[in-house]
Amino acid sequence: MKRYTTQIVLLVVVLLSLGISVLSGKFDAYYMDIALNVGINIILAVSLNLVNGHTGQFSLGHAAFMAVGAYGASIFTLEMSARLMPMLGGPGVFATGFAFLLALLVGGLCAAVCGWLVGMPSLRLRGDYLAIVTLGFNEIVRVILQNTSGDGVFGGPLGLKGIPPLTTFFWVFAIAAICVYVVGSMVSSTYGRGFPAVRDDEIAAGSMGINTVRYKVTAFVVGSFFAGLSGGLYAHLRTTISPEGFNFLKSFDVVVIVILGGMGSTAGVIIAAIVLTVLNEFLRDFEQYRMLVFSILLIVMMIVRPQGLLPSFPILNRKKSA
Amino acid sequence: MDQFLQQLLNGLFQGSIYALIALGYTMVYGVLRFINFAHGDVFMLGAFTALGLHKLMGPTLASLPWPVSLLIVLLVSMTLCAALGIIIERLAYRPLRDRPRLNVLITAIGVSLFIEYSAQLLFGATQRPFPDLIPRTAIANAGGLTISVAQVIVLVTTLALLAGLRIVVMKTKMGLAMRALSLNPTASTLMGVNNSVVISFTFGLGSALAAAGGILYASLYPSIEPFMGIQPGLKAFVAAVLGGIGNIPGAALGGLIIGVTETLVKGYGQELGIPSGYSEGVAFVLLILILVFKPSGILGRVEREKV
Repeated sequence: MKRYTTQIVLLVVVLLSLGISVLSGKFDAYYMDIALNVGINIILAVSLNLVNGHTGQFSLGHAAFMAVGAYGASIFTLEMSARLMPMLGGPGVFATGFAFLLALLVGGLCAAVCGWLVGMPSLRLRGDYLAIVTLGFNEIVRVILQNTSGDGVFGGPLGLKGIPPLTTFFWVFAIAAICVYVVGSMVSSTYGRGFPAVRDDEIAAGSMGINTVRYKVTAFVVGSFFAGLSGGLYAHLRTTISPEGFNFLKSFDVVVIVILGGMGSTAGVIIAAIVLTVLNEFLRDFEQYRMLVFSILLIVMMIVRPQGLLPSFPILNRKKSA
Repeated sequence: MDQFLQQLLNGLFQGSIYALIALGYTMVYGVLRFINFAHGDVFMLGAFTALGLHKLMGPTLASLPWPVSLLIVLLVSMTLCAALGIIIERLAYRPLRDRPRLNVLITAIGVSLFIEYSAQLLFGATQRPFPDLIPRTAIANAGGLTISVAQVIVLVTTLALLAGLRIVVMKTKMGLAMRALSLNPTASTLMGVNNSVVISFTFGLGSALAAAGGILYASLYPSIEPFMGIQPGLKAFVAAVLGGIGNIPGAALGGLIIGVTETLVKGYGQELGIPSGYSEGVAFVLLILILVFKPSGILGRVEREKV
């Protein structure tokens, strides 16, 4: 029984989110919206944490992968799902859900492929170069999307409109739970000891026989995949997306969550994602001070407490016993 | 052909500004081995101090001949920004000198965001017109090329600053200390170099050049806003990497290459089926290519990490 605790927790969370999703009509729409934002930010932050925190590869382009996923999933939904419907036995809960799942996966896979393409050359480089390359990649994605034709599938600078609002509480939190589960098991597995090894000392890890490039690329691709999924969820929640919404300030937002939560601490990052998203929502009136406060926090944190705001919980960072 | 030469010239002017900013990145990287993300924002502040100065003493400046007032504005805002660069280093980067480089990088991002958003609070988010410090008259010369006075001044000032920097780095004692520090910080301390002073000096010098770059940039594109430093800053960083980071002539060369490539894509991309809007992404494509094929840059030396 004890062996399967995490799997059972995963199952419970997924079922719970399904339950809440079914009852979602009973909750206030505004709070539901905040909850969905929280979920999407959890996916983004936990997946970025795998790259930045656990593997120590500082990426500043998470929004780019989110954009790729958002566009991939939206285009799939807009272009393909009408054609898929008859094959799945007409529009129904199952067919719509299946088509949405396919769209999300397409978005996630597109993002993962992009992650691989960017990661392969750039992960051979030292940390700060990677930060700039990913930041550059973010800009490249934005520039390309912005310069597509306005009436093509990508929608040009105005982006895509009229994406069906398929994102529900269930999808967001089921995927968030899966993301936490996958990242958590990757990192705490025997294989996964390689991630912190690469982070702590790449040369030493390499000389112990760890294929450092492969670990880095694995982290990068998995991180990009989940960023892509969150992009798909975001697109089907907001129903409109534009290239400007995925600029590097969006990447910085995720980076701030990861750093405040504590790089490499999954629990800390989840809490940070919740707290910061909710705070953002309630401090909308002070929007102009938000980034100012975040930036000061970043600087002070790095000087005073680089390991994140939370103390580390030994229970949550459970080691495998026996 | 004329049009080609014109584009080439425009690229040269644009590139010379990138070169000025790139020098700051390269020098700081040379002594501290980290990317000063906030550099592009000092560039922005340079333009804003010039604007403020112009508002403050507009009549006095207007009564002087324009080269004199330009020189005054340049010198004053370069001094102010140099002081600011030194303050940034002392407050944000110095406490982290022995920490992992990732922490310093994150701090640099924090400093950059801090400057941008406090500038937004102070100056507002809207575009502001930049005064004509340099007359915007065009000199049309023989080949049918149009060059404005501003462009010529930009090029001349850049060359003068580059020459000045070259002298500082190669001929002065401080320059010698900078080179020693960049080669080996421990050994330079043992030789009696005060590393902290040299690092402060480097930050000051780099920030002064960035401020000059900001003013010149704003003279070519006379509209400034708090986020104007991000794009040129990133491109200048690419220029520094392209030329070989830590290498001063390399940064200048990289800046020119980026400027020219960008302008050519803007001018001729259409004919090759590349929308002119893609010119914004050119620098980053170049960056990825250079990092794949020659990560040490055009003039850089290969550096092996020692255990």
